[in-house]
Amino acid sequence: MSRLKSRFDALKTAGRKALIPFVTAGDPQPQITVPLMHELVKAGADVLELGIPFSDPMAEGPAIQRACERALMHHITLTNVLDMVRQFRETDSDTPVVLMGYLNPIEAMGYETFAEHAVAAGADGVITVDLPPEEADDYLAAFNRHGLDPVFLLAPTSTPERIRRVAEVAGGFVYYVSLKGVTGASNLDPVEVEAKLAEIRKQVSLPLGVGFGIKSPEIAAAVANVADAVVVGSALVNRIAELADTPEEILKTVPAFVASLRDAMDQVEVNA
Amino acid sequence: MSYALPDARGHFGVYGGMFVAETLMQPLTELREAYERYRADPDFLREFERDLKLFVGRPSPLYPAERWSDELGGARIYLKREDLNHTGAHKINNTVGQALLAKRMGKTRIIAETGAGQHGVASATVAARFGLECIVYMGTEDIERQAINVYRMKLLGAEVRPVSSGSKTLKDALNEAMRDWVTNVDDTFYIIGTVAGPHPYPAMVRDFQSVIGIEAREQIFEAEGRLPDALVACVGGGSNAMGLFYPFIDDESVQLIGVEAGGDGIETGRHAAPLCAGKTGVLHGNRTYLMETADGQIIETHSVSAGLDYPGVGPEHAWLKDSGRAQYVSITDDEALQAFHELSRTEGIMPALESSHALAYVKKLAPQMGRDKVIVVNLSGRGDKDVHTVAAREGISL
Repeated sequence: MSRLKSRFDALKTAGRKALIPFVTAGDPQPQITVPLMHELVKAGADVLELGIPFSDPMAEGPAIQRACERALMHHITLTNVLDMVRQFRETDSDTPVVLMGYLNPIEAMGYETFAEHAVAAGADGVITVDLPPEEADDYLAAFNRHGLDPVFLLAPTSTPERIRRVAEVAGGFVYYVSLKGVTGASNLDPVEVEAKLAEIRKQVSLPLGVGFGIKSPEIAAAVANVADAVVVGSALVNRIAELADTPEEILKTVPAFVASLRDAMDQVEVNA
Repeated sequence: MSYALPDARGHFGVYGGMFVAETLMQPLTELREAYERYRADPDFLREFERDLKLFVGRPSPLYPAERWSDELGGARIYLKREDLNHTGAHKINNTVGQALLAKRMGKTRIIAETGAGQHGVASATVAARFGLECIVYMGTEDIERQAINVYRMKLLGAEVRPVSSGSKTLKDALNEAMRDWVTNVDDTFYIIGTVAGPHPYPAMVRDFQSVIGIEAREQIFEAEGRLPDALVACVGGGSNAMGLFYPFIDDESVQLIGVEAGGDGIETGRHAAPLCAGKTGVLHGNRTYLMETADGQIIETHSVSAGLDYPGVGPEHAWLKDSGRAQYVSITDDEALQAFHELSRTEGIMPALESSHALAYVKKLAPQMGRDKVIVVNLSGRGDKDVHTVAAREGISL
């Protein structure tokens, strides 16, 4: 069984929702990423989402764009990112790690090589933002051969036909983009999110994560009430940016914020 | 026509496609459906043709460059005078088409990206013409280099939003326009300025620009009674080249030659010639040739011509290259500048630096061909906008 599936199954049994913090690999410097991943787990993360830096992150708001730029100043490559996952796995064999990035670095490595190396490093799933299922045949074939979960996105603009298409090919969980916009945009509307999740659940049996616009413990709790997982990215990355010159502070401040999200989410009564 | 690309999902062989975030998939489907409907709608086409005639000033002449041809001593050269269009370049053909489509789709706000500012000016112009709100994204590096075009856009009522991410140039402006579109999809139409981006943009922009080749085909038959032997056009994203080439694709005797920006020279790595020296990848919604590092990061390009300074190229050009139907070559900054001066002095026509790349290749090609041969080169824009750049490179302060 995949690490993602067992983690989501265990959470369900325990009546809890998954907290998925996102950080960009190598931001603000390569040495901090693996220690930060471990601290995030201690603070209550159930799954980690690790960003692969890209020069042209079209779907990101300013926070994650700058994170990519900071990481790329250190020439972080996809191979480096996989090395970080491998290092993380040396002392944590349970917490699922999902990579998030854009297609071009993966194409440059080759789908087959990427899928093989990602699984060998200990990665569990991959979100490729600019790859809809329509273009994903070869990518999916490589993922399936190596047992890597292809996590796909759905959005407020997704029609029932598109939801069906994603349902057919997605693995691990499905990531619902809560608003029309880029990462770190204005606050999401929990009522709208709830309605759309209900529509998605008619066709998707995988767990549903929600991200984009989750900035505070209150919103995280509201989303936890209706979704299976809460993804928080820009709010963490903004804190990393503020502390870029004092990396040791990042290892305290960012996990503390994640712990506050965890607390708020755990107040939510699970209506299973 | 027997050539029938792209396929239903926007592929030219392995190139093209729709590589965008999920939020944009449905809006792109709506755009494709609207475009397919209106491209066959006589009312729409009549309105488009009317604006091309009365607003843009078409047809543009096909001018025999006799003195220059004599000087080069080979093939007879004709210039397709897109520089004579309203706003001074071919860009306006496409922006008129997309603005008309935006209106039919009930969109009230248009956005555009621009590098040198030509597409931004052409977008601001049609926005004013059709009463639409217009936001133009432009890299801060380019804003500095192209102050006059920035002011032109403002005079036309557009808002120019500076983009300071990444390399602060055209590719980053495109990223930012995509981000705006994903946020404002309900009321916003994104006018992409070249034959790149996700399906249906490459095919749609090509179709709107193919008026260039349709006219040139009629005009060369009128002038010479036959097809030309070669077509030459500069290629950044590649819209003026696709517009000229497309109506001739089935005419196999006609050689199609695209000229990329060689910058300081291909061997220096400082250029903007993905077809000549790049590799395939995915950027800005389509699979194509790109300038990228071994690990898939997009790299900064270099060209004296801001309009060619782009790390990708339209996917149809990638296909035409691989299939052998078109050839792609490169011309350095210095060669383009020489051609700029030569055409100015020999024919009294000051070409855009972009178009000067095509002219510089014609300088090499024409003398190798006999006097009975005919070359049509796309003079895609006028050079007035480049006077400051040329002067600065030659150490002259104006």
